[in-house]
Amino acid sequence: MAVPALKLDGAQTLLAAAPEPSGEASWARSVRQAAARRLAERGAPVRRDEYWRYTDPQSLTCQPPVAAAPFENDEAPLFGGADRLKLVFVDGVFSRELSDPVELEGIEIQPLSEALSTDIHWARELFGVLEARGQTPVDRPMAALNTARATEGFAIRVHGRPGKPVNFVYLHEDALSDAMVHNIVRVEAGADFTLLENGPAAARFNKVLEVDVADDGAFHHVRAQGRDHERRAVTGTFARLGARSTFKSFTLTVNGRLTRNECVVEFTGDDGIAHVAGACVGEGDFRHDDTVFVTHDAVNCESRQVFKKVLRSGAMGIFQGKILVKPDAQKTDGYQISQGLLLDDDSQFLAKPELEIYADDVACSHGSTCGAVDETLLFYLRSRGVSRGEAEELLVLAFLDEAIAEIEDPALADDIRARLAAWLARRRR
Amino acid sequence: MLTIKNLHAGLEEEDKKILKGVDLEVKAGEVHAIMGPNGSGKSTLSYVLAGRDGYDVTEGSVEMNGSELLDLEPEERAAAGLFLAFQYPVEIPGVGNMTFLRTALNAQRKARGEEELNAADFLRMLREKAKALDISQEMLKRPVNVGFSGGEKKRNEILQMAVLEPKMCILDETDSGLDVDAMKLVAQGVNALRGKDRAFLVITHYQRLLDHIVPDVVHIMAEGRIIKTGGPELALEVEHNGYADILKSVA
Repeated sequence: MAVPALKLDGAQTLLAAAPEPSGEASWARSVRQAAARRLAERGAPVRRDEYWRYTDPQSLTCQPPVAAAPFENDEAPLFGGADRLKLVFVDGVFSRELSDPVELEGIEIQPLSEALSTDIHWARELFGVLEARGQTPVDRPMAALNTARATEGFAIRVHGRPGKPVNFVYLHEDALSDAMVHNIVRVEAGADFTLLENGPAAARFNKVLEVDVADDGAFHHVRAQGRDHERRAVTGTFARLGARSTFKSFTLTVNGRLTRNECVVEFTGDDGIAHVAGACVGEGDFRHDDTVFVTHDAVNCESRQVFKKVLRSGAMGIFQGKILVKPDAQKTDGYQISQGLLLDDDSQFLAKPELEIYADDVACSHGSTCGAVDETLLFYLRSRGVSRGEAEELLVLAFLDEAIAEIEDPALADDIRARLAAWLARRRR
Repeated sequence: MLTIKNLHAGLEEEDKKILKGVDLEVKAGEVHAIMGPNGSGKSTLSYVLAGRDGYDVTEGSVEMNGSELLDLEPEERAAAGLFLAFQYPVEIPGVGNMTFLRTALNAQRKARGEEELNAADFLRMLREKAKALDISQEMLKRPVNVGFSGGEKKRNEILQMAVLEPKMCILDETDSGLDVDAMKLVAQGVNALRGKDRAFLVITHYQRLLDHIVPDVVHIMAEGRIIKTGGPELALEVEHNGYADILKSVA
């Protein structure tokens, strides 16, 4: 089928709006050109695309971006209590002054632009590679744009167990910033790594994370997208899992006008584990979209998708989650749950669970629910003296907890819980 | 302590009267039992007193320690000293038992203008009270009532009562679903709380609970009204002869 002119023109506009990176190694240049070609041939996203039916991509692709005022608050930064290597970006640009020295025992780390200017074999095997694999069978045009143009970000290779996590902190200062960041992480065999990300990043943020986990490796990802009310973000996380490896990714989203988080996971080795979870809380002009695609192409792998959305005053939550089990992926254990908690009659939760199974010896289950706060529970709490507002908060936190419980490190999970509780309490006052 | 006058109430959604003129006075320090056949309105009375949504009070008044109970929100009734031990305690996945108890206690203290209890003092107090009811640390850490047996749920209700120290306690069929040992444990918990400043309204089908929690006054409820009031011997009469005789004698 011919690609509509609207999509093709849109792709040209996107590519023209961001400068072509220069001075990079020839291998990197060809990766960028291939990505630009992918986008140019398949076109920019439009509302008519199957996977954009519920989220209008217009404000993600328009030129220039819509202004978004940074959100002023006096809160202590998230993960501040954790021992971590802090790397700060301001409107998508790495700031050496605000960051810790870029070094950590157990990892090789360098800015993406440096990695792409030299011939590093592992980076060659990763940059743009997982993103390209993730373009089939569903187009991910914003990720292709990112690979073609993003110059900010880091390349990280992990050996063993570094003593602390790396924390990317994305600050937002400029109301018109239109940022792209691309990070690549290679977790070597048997290594174990935790990546933390937090902050609103920019008025409009396009972020890609490619994670390649070798056999017996483990990657933990905890992300909190910043609270700016007007920001927009489209993110793509692409993971490839080796044998007996683990990938766990959790995202907390509070506020933001539009958030589209895509996560593409592929099992290529047997006995792998992938858990992708998300908790979001939004009100009013808030649209949050989780689009997940997990491909089982190996034996005896376990995947879990746990997504919870709390919506009020016209907020909209979207979940599009797919589990694809290829013919040889026997003994697959796939699970998917998406739930919306609507705090009033104005909000909406749209879910599109998809299972596509070609192996015969698998266990795959999925569920999706949408409802209001349970009045029976509310009354029980109130009958013990808890005010209606506080009781509702307890139930909201309880609802989200199944997703938060996917964070393996209890201290990080408690950090997220405490932050959420404080936000909800603040709203009540 | 609690004065109910000519209380009429029914379900909002159905045009059906359940309580048809309940009169009851419970003084501080007393234990009253309400017995009655199924459908007599016992549980409705407890829900109306606790302030559950869905009930329509069409006539009458309920006064507790000088304030009009029916004008208050459920949480305000709790802060004023009312406590309902539920017939079917609900499970609240994701809310830790300990968090729940501390939130409830501090919310009530705050509403009464008292200082909130700090974590260490709360924990000490809770451990002591849990021990008396044979409630393990593990049960305190679990989400409220999730995975609890019937007996554990009822004991957990009594623990909440012990922690919150209400003035007026209503026990709605707390004995249902309990084996003999669990019933003794629950009764011990209740008896430990008896005192001159606290009153109890014990709703039950069976006399056996009243062997352990000996009431001062026993009421028989039928068709939405208290039809007979007497001493503990009235409960024995019900146990031996059933409700039919009493219903006939007052008809």
